[in-house]
Amino acid sequence: MQLAEVIGTVVASIKDTNLTGTKLLVIQPLGTNGQGVGRTLVAVDAAGAGIGERVFFVRGREAAYPFYPVEVPTDAAIIGIVDQWDLG
Amino acid sequence: MQIAQVVGTVVSTQKHRKLEGAKLLLVQPQTPDGTPRGPVLLAIDSVGAGVGERVLVVIEGKAAGDALGKKAAPVDAAIIGIVDRLDAEEVSS
Repeated sequence: MQLAEVIGTVVASIKDTNLTGTKLLVIQPLGTNGQGVGRTLVAVDAAGAGIGERVFFVRGREAAYPFYPVEVPTDAAIIGIVDQWDLG
Repeated sequence: MQIAQVVGTVVSTQKHRKLEGAKLLLVQPQTPDGTPRGPVLLAIDSVGAGVGERVLVVIEGKAAGDALGKKAAPVDAAIIGIVDRLDAEEVSS
């Protein structure tokens, strides 16, 4: 998983039927200093996140698991909203 | 598996139900000599690791789900061991 900030939303009227009803958000992966690292990507929301929130997301096949048994064709899913992180 | 160092903790109240009760730690993947490599990741901790410790991390969904002990959990990284000692020789290039 990785930290990220939600920076936008995506509207797509025509999409795979298994994506129907999902919320698509644009996220920027973050480093532990809160700065963006790497490319932005689009993730399906499974945590009720909104713009400006800090979240964490999962990549790969497991990104579809929150929607089981629907097989959502996604490679990234937001699975939690971060209250805080602490560096030791 | 990868070598990593635990660099922090994450608190998340609102998360997917399969992650309830899971301990989330921030880990920095490292080369065997301790040089940071790549971005800091969040990993499920199933062995009781703490900040500053060197750990073994699986970065693969099936293995991470097994470490969490839940089927079809949306996780892709887990700490599955704490490194007591690591000996590696440098490969001359």
